[in-house]
Amino acid sequence: MDVPLGEIWEIAWRSLRIAGAATFLAALFGLPLGVWLGARPRRGGGSARVVLYAAMGLPPVVVGLFFYLLLSRSGPLGKSGLLFTQTAMVMAEAVLAFPMIAGFTAAGVRARAANVRRLVRGLGGSEKQVLTTLLWESRRPIVAALAAGFGSAISEVGAATITGGDIRHHTRVLTTAVVLETRKGELRSALMLGLVLLGLTLLVTAVLVVWGERE
Amino acid sequence: MIRASGLRKSYPGFDLRVADLRVPEGSFITMLGPSGAGKSTLLRLLAGMEAAQDGVLERRGRAVYLDQDNIVLERNVIDNAVFGLRLMGVASAEARRRLRPWLARVGLAERLRQPAAKLSGGERARLALVRALATEPDVLLLDEPTQSLDPKNVAMVEALLREAHTRGRSVVLVTHNLHQARRLGEETWLLLDGRIVEQAPTETFFASPRSREAKAYLAGEMVY
Repeated sequence: MDVPLGEIWEIAWRSLRIAGAATFLAALFGLPLGVWLGARPRRGGGSARVVLYAAMGLPPVVVGLFFYLLLSRSGPLGKSGLLFTQTAMVMAEAVLAFPMIAGFTAAGVRARAANVRRLVRGLGGSEKQVLTTLLWESRRPIVAALAAGFGSAISEVGAATITGGDIRHHTRVLTTAVVLETRKGELRSALMLGLVLLGLTLLVTAVLVVWGERE
Repeated sequence: MIRASGLRKSYPGFDLRVADLRVPEGSFITMLGPSGAGKSTLLRLLAGMEAAQDGVLERRGRAVYLDQDNIVLERNVIDNAVFGLRLMGVASAEARRRLRPWLARVGLAERLRQPAAKLSGGERARLALVRALATEPDVLLLDEPTQSLDPKNVAMVEALLREAHTRGRSVVLVTHNLHQARRLGEETWLLLDGRIVEQAPTETFFASPRSREAKAYLAGEMVY
């Protein structure tokens, strides 16, 4: 195998850290937006939801290109020196994960909001209690939203290549490594890296689902 | 006790106007009317869940509103049952202690750990009712709690309502079942196109309705 086992784990760990940070960043903004859009007692927010759902299909290479133009030497943030760094990769992947997290959260919360509001208000509860109950009742779709966000971040290759540059021991992640090994004809290494990527995605999703299913 | 005057709630295609109404302490009122007459809207206004666009509403004591869908949360039976008390700040252990006799009475004692979503319609209705009754409200506002229930479940729900009434709670029950309205009510209201067209002691309402609309409604004629 062309890629030593130690390096595979190094790449896997880097992928996990970058995708995890991107998911965290996307959730920081996406969860409150999703809850707000889903929990609004009055109708509305339709345009915002349309934009979010459409953004779920954002082409990663276009997002990568956007960050490349932004961070390249001649770009507006060129002096930051962030191009071909893990930070740039986190930013691009966060942009891709954000609509997933906000959109799925909004849909899940919205599906429960009317019933929870009628129940809580009917029993004499406050609007604050409506919101706390709604958050707990929506824990499963919220976990699904986080899993989808993480999945889109860790499986992303186009934006990661453009913003990270696939630099060995620095910005190489599982997806970019799979592409590289395939191009080199090192299919055993590519397959091994792919399996690690699948296992990692399954493991993180399983942890999230088990956590979300708790009573 | 609830008192309202000059209540108005309008939205496109609907206009509810109630000049004057009173839910005295310890009363049992049954509210009749065709679908779309405004019964549920009036009930939600009385519960304070919706704001009227005009009018005065005075409510003394705590009112709870029960939806016709018998909503349950994505939790097990006991966690659903204690939910009303938990909203009031009652500690979990104490709420569970208080609910156990209620749940035993409505035949749910053996199913405490079962997801509430798996209960039948009748079981959900009983669960929703004991969840509300356990909070000891002063006024119960019920929107067709026995719709689509079999006779056994209807009897069980009605027994709980009678007992709550005997204990001094005021009850306003929306129903399409004329027999039920007659069995349970002390006073009956008929709502039509957003107006209370007849308001009378239940016996009088059924024996000798005054308005043309009430006569037609009781005769089963289309009046809307």
